[in-house]
Amino acid sequence: MNDLTANWKRKDLLSIEPLHREEIETIHQLARRFKELQASNPSSIPSLRGRTVLNLFIEPSTRTRIAFEIAAKRLGADVTLVEKAASSLVKGESLRDTAQVVEALQADVIVLRHSAAGSPQYLSQIVKGPVINAGDGAHEHPTQALLDTFTMREHLGDSLEGKKVTILGDILFSRVARSNIFALQKLGAQVTLSGPATLVPANFEKLGVTVELNLRKALADADAVMLLRIQHERQTSTHFPSLDEYKSMYGLNQARGAWLKPEAIIMHPGPVNRGVELDSSLADSGRSVILEQVANGIFTRMAVIYLCLSACGKTKDTSQ
Amino acid sequence: MSTILWIKNGRVIDPANDRDAVGDIFARNGVIVDSLSDQEKEKAQVIDASGLVVCPGLVDIHVHLREPGQTHKEDIASGTRAAAAGGFTTIVCMPNTSPPADNPGTIRRINDSITQNAVVKVYPTGCLTVQMKGEQLAPMGSLWREGIVAVTDDGLCVQNNELMRRAVEYARMFNLPVMDHCQDASMTRGSVMNEGYWSLRLGLKGWPAAAEDMIIARNVVLSRACEHHIHMQHVSSAYGVDIIRRAKKRGIRVTGEASPHHLFFTDERCRDYNTLFKMNPPLRSEEDREAIIEGVLDGSLEIIATDHAPHTADEKDCEFDLAPFGIIGMETALAACLEVLVHSGKCDLPFLLARMTHKPAEILNLPAGTLSAGVTADITIFDPDQEWEVDPSRFSGKSTNCPWNGMRLRGKVARTIVNGRTVWDGNQIIDT
Repeated sequence: MNDLTANWKRKDLLSIEPLHREEIETIHQLARRFKELQASNPSSIPSLRGRTVLNLFIEPSTRTRIAFEIAAKRLGADVTLVEKAASSLVKGESLRDTAQVVEALQADVIVLRHSAAGSPQYLSQIVKGPVINAGDGAHEHPTQALLDTFTMREHLGDSLEGKKVTILGDILFSRVARSNIFALQKLGAQVTLSGPATLVPANFEKLGVTVELNLRKALADADAVMLLRIQHERQTSTHFPSLDEYKSMYGLNQARGAWLKPEAIIMHPGPVNRGVELDSSLADSGRSVILEQVANGIFTRMAVIYLCLSACGKTKDTSQ
Repeated sequence: MSTILWIKNGRVIDPANDRDAVGDIFARNGVIVDSLSDQEKEKAQVIDASGLVVCPGLVDIHVHLREPGQTHKEDIASGTRAAAAGGFTTIVCMPNTSPPADNPGTIRRINDSITQNAVVKVYPTGCLTVQMKGEQLAPMGSLWREGIVAVTDDGLCVQNNELMRRAVEYARMFNLPVMDHCQDASMTRGSVMNEGYWSLRLGLKGWPAAAEDMIIARNVVLSRACEHHIHMQHVSSAYGVDIIRRAKKRGIRVTGEASPHHLFFTDERCRDYNTLFKMNPPLRSEEDREAIIEGVLDGSLEIIATDHAPHTADEKDCEFDLAPFGIIGMETALAACLEVLVHSGKCDLPFLLARMTHKPAEILNLPAGTLSAGVTADITIFDPDQEWEVDPSRFSGKSTNCPWNGMRLRGKVARTIVNGRTVWDGNQIIDT
């Protein structure tokens, strides 16, 4: 593993935006190695035995939390979960105090999920150990983008240079979209955003992406289309009329699936609103890589945990 | 026994009297006089102002002193000391205290504390509506009897147009200017920074300039309809400036203020989620910032006001979404404005000082802002070129939430004089 850990100097993974292409590729290479070892010789996966990964989930999450938990356990680390409802945060304890307590309890890595954008950066200034962002508000969800681009490289070819990826849906409130925009651009792909104008503000073009509100055009030459969960109940009630309207205008169904190139893959970070942004017939089809994304989420997160700990000198490499 | 003050050889800038020349200022018993007798000169306290600017004490009509109720952030004693350190001799405090200044008892309580604790002159404002809830008019007449100089729900904005119309009509009876924090609440729910490129990139909820422009436009309409003065507080949006500019051309009685932070910073400063750059209205785009500067230069925004809003370090030490809005501003205002407007060559010193002295006084009809013979000797002496490093831990106010923290600015207050008495000597507050 030393060949890869030597390329990684960051204590934290707070966002994709400041990463260099080589850093993303390092994570992907290590994830690939873990994936291969898992298939061939699981006992040779390096051990983080005695290390504690703390999942600090101030905002609810199921799949991200479980993926981090499994990833940590595959590496032999202990995992502790702190959720808002069960913590002193509901008693008014500040994030600073919670973090300091957690660190005093000798957590080696903090994985933070929080509804407030920027909170992982704030946390990283407080604690000495690694902070891994598991999603902060509408800002970033870096490990999601890492697993998404990892999955794309498996399907579209090792180089994403010149590949076209369309992200469709609620971009405005989506941390997944932001992280993927940054990751895809760094890997050389071209990103198109589509969805209702209220959820895909034109200002996104200043990030170097194309905004194409016409769905047919947005899908026409895509190599991958990534759908985002529409959260009408939570954030978007003034942003579009109804789920039915959304479905009728932007829902990806069989007919619209035909606008895609035949080899294009369909992705979704989950959980899917079946029949809203994506029809079951497509979600369960051979073009869908949704479950592969979930599985790859374990290996990319193993890689991230391992690299951040190794940057702090907290891994002992047993694979030599 | 009379006390005599003789400020010698300073560059005296008194914009209200169109004066800008090296000369002397005299005061007898705390009142400015044209000249002193030779006998008086002999026993005068002489202040050598060579190389320094001597101007009327600065006037800030937008300050949060947090008393009563939030005195862990600031109080009248500390806030007026911050004012003195910043060269302000007259300030106007906002009514969003706890309880709010929506009743005569609270105004009296504030005035009592001013009498006991203030080192500069303080004029209170009263609420527009009861509890600042925007539902029922506050008893403005009774507040006026207690000495308020304006009405405002600053921090909140009356959303109901019918109520705002009546508030303006009612305030007119007492010739009380209406100051408004222009914000359409329906468009800014949960918003924490300017809506634009940076809010998109940072994933923070945006506060669109349109929400400010809507209320500025509403206030123009109501000012015209009610024939009464409405003052737009801390204007931050480019189009908002333009609405005010055009209203003035039509003779409508609206005025506007620019805050030093909106002249100095843009929303890009939020990029590290530093809560010292979280305020309401938010820092906006470079285009907006340039328009605010242009508005000051062409008179559309006739004054500078700080919106000095103290919060404790603990309160600001949290996630950006959760931090309170607001920054302190009085101890950096002069230097910040000098940097943006004067040192940059955009305007000259008398032009800026007019916007920090007699013009704000005129907006609220305050007896301040000039060096005319016969007025009280409220005088500020400063070195416009002296460079200093902003260190909020050395400030005179209670809080340190200052976005200029660590920056080097040019322009330092050497002395602040209130009623002929030095209250700030360039290094420390001089208590009686």
